[in-house]
Amino acid sequence: MKKLPPLLVWGLPLLSGALFVALWYGVRAASGLQSWILPTPLEIMQAAWREQARLLAAAGHTAWGALGGFVLAAGLGFFTSLLLGVSKSLRAGLYPWLLVLQMTPVIVLTPIIMLWAGPGMPGIITITWLISYFPIVANMTQGLLSTDMNHVALFRMANASRLQEMLLLRVPSAMPYYLAGLRIAATLAPIGAIFGEYMVGNSSGGTGGLGFLVYSYNTQIKIPALFATALTSCLLGFIFVAAVSWLNWAVLHKWHDSFERNDH
Amino acid sequence: MEAAAPIVNFTSLQKRYGGGPLVLDGLNLTVSPGDFVSFIGPSGCGKSTVLKIISGLSPGTVGQVTVLGTTPKQSRDRQAFIFQDATLLPWRTAQLNVELPLRLRGMAAAERAAKARQMLALVGLGGEGGFYPRQLSGGMKMRVSIARALALAPQLLLLDEPFGALDEMSRNRLNEELLALRRSSPFTAMFVTHSVAEAVFLSNRIMVMSVNPGRFHAEVRVDFPYPRLAGLRARPEFQARVNEVSRLLHEVEAPVYA
Repeated sequence: MKKLPPLLVWGLPLLSGALFVALWYGVRAASGLQSWILPTPLEIMQAAWREQARLLAAAGHTAWGALGGFVLAAGLGFFTSLLLGVSKSLRAGLYPWLLVLQMTPVIVLTPIIMLWAGPGMPGIITITWLISYFPIVANMTQGLLSTDMNHVALFRMANASRLQEMLLLRVPSAMPYYLAGLRIAATLAPIGAIFGEYMVGNSSGGTGGLGFLVYSYNTQIKIPALFATALTSCLLGFIFVAAVSWLNWAVLHKWHDSFERNDH
Repeated sequence: MEAAAPIVNFTSLQKRYGGGPLVLDGLNLTVSPGDFVSFIGPSGCGKSTVLKIISGLSPGTVGQVTVLGTTPKQSRDRQAFIFQDATLLPWRTAQLNVELPLRLRGMAAAERAAKARQMLALVGLGGEGGFYPRQLSGGMKMRVSIARALALAPQLLLLDEPFGALDEMSRNRLNEELLALRRSSPFTAMFVTHSVAEAVFLSNRIMVMSVNPGRFHAEVRVDFPYPRLAGLRARPEFQARVNEVSRLLHEVEAPVYA
């Protein structure tokens, strides 16, 4: 496939965005809906400007919760995968329970988490961790088990220990999988944190994050501000994904085929 | 030469994978120090399996296998294996790939770096140590693989169709280099190939194998003296040996069902 010229790469999303905004205004004009049901993009931007201090503070709060849960999931996910990758019996014994954990809706666990971890940041981080942990474990474990059999034979021939095989072969070759898991987790972590704030953050004295703002604007029927909160959440998600994409590039670009230039 | 202890010896060797059909049956072979033995035969004749058994990667089902005076697994530190593709670790540079077996053996960092540089220079890649495998051509990757295998000065080198994926010119070139390397680090070689010309050029013994189950159909001795140079390929007696092995291969080829 031929690459698009750079002008189109930047121009096409701007064009579709402009069309979307135009459509928005069209629907608003045709339907006669009021501002508190369907605010215009301009009203949303004005609300964002008006509420910028609260939105920024809330985004900062949410970012910490998301980051805490994400780092916890990334670290615990890594070590869980090592355990699962080391032994067949550990894998057989633990994996079904990880699935059970993943299958249980977080909303059901929320009251229990609140009871155990308490309201505020600890509960938010726990919920974020719960949501973003499994994709990391699933990907990384798959990566540890997908090592090239010839590479394994090479290590066996060199009388490598199990530990050497794990650290010098399986873990590096699983890095693309781990990073793919992190990327999914990066999209989930801000969602998890906002959900956590919505559920357990509103009792922490009104200093909650974006999830708390959702609750607050909703009860006050400040709908343009609610849309502005959605926009802020979206930006936060982008920052998370961009950070992991950068990490992915930093770890893989020198050697991995996904960064191969198409010039030979 | 006759008195020296054999490098590899097996009698009545049999192999089947799981409950599958017999892959190898009734193989007897004694490899002497300095031999370069090639295995050639139709697909599925088990020639790669022979190397796997000798390296201890896959046990023989029946029969005694002695490698370097002991079991396949216990002789591993004196063997090296070169695989069909170069099997370089893509996240390590050429230099660090050659260092890998030295590191696994516990050699100190400075010592293994120096040794790897020396081995890369020996295969003509003295300036390429900093490149990652994906930046190297197929032939260069295979040279790194050879440097890695020879870094520990093995007594026995097992090669499983190492040059099968290369074009003929690179293959010929690497054949010549492989023989040249034997002068500085003398190793006994067991070499699996599909190319008759390659087998004749490299080996002093060629084992022609038949299939279902894999057996030694014939042994051809190739007595051109070493060092063998590129010009050997043009000589009529070389061509005569190639024809002889090709004829033997036709004998063992599966019949064509029309």
